[in-house]
Amino acid sequence: MTKSIMPGVLAIAVLAAWPHAQQPPSQPPASQQPPAPAPQQPSEIETTISGPSGAPPRLAVPDFIALSNDAETAAVARSIGQVLWDDLNFEREFAFIPRDVYTTIPKATGFSDVPFDRWRELNADGVVVGTVQKMGAGFRVEMRLFNVNTRLAAYSRQYDGSANPRLYAHTISDEIHKSQRALNGVARSKITYDSDRDGERMSGTVQNRNIKEIYISDYDGENQKRVTVGRTLNITPRWSPDARSIAYTSYRRGGANIFISNIFVGTLEEVTKGDKVGENWLPAWSPDGTKMAFTSTRDGNPEIYVANRDGSNVRRLTNHPGIDISPTWNPSGTQIAFTSDRSGSPQIYVMGADGLGLSKKTSESYCDKSTWSPAPFNEIAYASRTGPGYDIKVLDLATGHVTQLTFGEGTNESPAFAPNGRHLAFMSTRAGKSQIFTIAKDGKGLKQLTKSGNNEKPDWSR
Amino acid sequence: MTARRVMLLMAVVSVMTAACGKKTPPVARPAPPPPTAPTPPVRPPAPPEPVAEPAIVPPEPVRDDAISSASLDDLNKNSPLTPVYFDLDSSDLSPNGQKALDQNAVLLKKYGTWAITIEGHCDERGTAEYNLALGERRAIAARAYLVSLGIPADRLRTVSYGKEFPFDPGHDEGAYAKNRRAHFVITAK
Repeated sequence: MTKSIMPGVLAIAVLAAWPHAQQPPSQPPASQQPPAPAPQQPSEIETTISGPSGAPPRLAVPDFIALSNDAETAAVARSIGQVLWDDLNFEREFAFIPRDVYTTIPKATGFSDVPFDRWRELNADGVVVGTVQKMGAGFRVEMRLFNVNTRLAAYSRQYDGSANPRLYAHTISDEIHKSQRALNGVARSKITYDSDRDGERMSGTVQNRNIKEIYISDYDGENQKRVTVGRTLNITPRWSPDARSIAYTSYRRGGANIFISNIFVGTLEEVTKGDKVGENWLPAWSPDGTKMAFTSTRDGNPEIYVANRDGSNVRRLTNHPGIDISPTWNPSGTQIAFTSDRSGSPQIYVMGADGLGLSKKTSESYCDKSTWSPAPFNEIAYASRTGPGYDIKVLDLATGHVTQLTFGEGTNESPAFAPNGRHLAFMSTRAGKSQIFTIAKDGKGLKQLTKSGNNEKPDWSR
Repeated sequence: MTARRVMLLMAVVSVMTAACGKKTPPVARPAPPPPTAPTPPVRPPAPPEPVAEPAIVPPEPVRDDAISSASLDDLNKNSPLTPVYFDLDSSDLSPNGQKALDQNAVLLKKYGTWAITIEGHCDERGTAEYNLALGERRAIAARAYLVSLGIPADRLRTVSYGKEFPFDPGHDEGAYAKNRRAHFVITAK
């Protein structure tokens, strides 16, 4: 029987939610159209494809099939296949038939002439077949994940509403992961970081100082876009939980203060409203997006504070003459991890979101910039001084076990968890300058996202 | 008065008259003539007083010293204010640091209208995040010492740049030592 979901509406709504993927963020998004009536979805039962006796299923992901006879559609069809291949490989939930052998398989022209017996010869368990048809300013993309043995589609979808092949691929990848592996993919998530690549000088100083501006990109490093134009130092960006805003530290008012850029509507909010006394750094959104934790020296010493998003109701959480800095919330918003040097060197601590119940979590040389994993994991990753530089470590809060992910390749700092808890973004100098990398939590799958200028202090959206 | 009192009074008067009076009437001797004041010598008339006001002597023209006349940018490029350097991971003032601040205080008192921003900086070996706070601690330490020397607090702002703006981009101990500092910027004269 057909599953009673509205996949067409969902797909269109999904694509409409990311209009910024094609537009510069300084412009307002395209007007959101009401979802079109759901196109007729193929009436297949959704099933999962499994691999041989518990091994990961083996997938083939050939280029999509261009149904329209023009160069643009052909390029889009190729691109969707290639990006989808990279997206699926990122989670390593499947084994893959290498692409270089696909040239030996006759190309299908649609869903009815897929050469299943040839794919079976290559030991594929599943094959992703897709078609692309030009439609107005965009395309209609149809995808079926076939079980090579039964020749039935385990999963099928239609999509339209975009001209961006990468967005189709990212959507398809997330949906294949969800339906086949019960996994939340991150292919549509975004990274933010600060960058000095534009080489602009800070005003108001005789020193030659390169400013930093806030940038965003896709999770794979594509579509890098600048979102602040402050001609000042803008650092430590953090995505809001709804991924529509970025809070960051900016020196635009002279000293450091917390700002929020609502990047898809082009508005700016001031959280710490240019308070005359002290500075404010390192905003951290509560999981429900209503509060901000940060470090402030408004009382003369770096302490952790929490305020509402609009800056009202500021409450101080720490009370110690040492430095308290780098707050991060747990997924339920009941606890805050942070760095304190009250024991003599910077270490990671956890306290209740009310400031009570302090607990020390590390006893190493120097630890900073903790990031709390999303549910269902209960882990804190942090930078730990292991030599002249730092390495990324992950502490399991339940067992106390610490896993080290990097091993002295340059210095590795400022980790941030991916929204599915399976990867971390971080800064590394292993390639020369400071660049943003991602790595899986088992230490594999290292990927460099930036190349230009110095890029640091990343955060990963949902 | 009663008759008795009158009688008493008359008796007192007659006794007093009898006691005071001499039998022979007093002889008034002529008073000696008052001594005559010596005649002052006759002075010649005083010469006319000069009517004049004291001449106004214009003040010494103030020679502008190089510091007073320099622009803010020029001043800060070759700053007369000495940076204060710190040990690794520390915001404690060393004896050299205090000496630098003592010298800076002298200048700040001499040029009493200057407004100053004290920037806190760190070398690259701490994390970017912790160094934002460490830099602030360095700036605050310098500021507190100056205030204790009598510099008004409202002339001294603090800002921390952590390790974001190193003065020396090198990766050796010499560069690191230059970067661990409280740096003085004159923001107004």
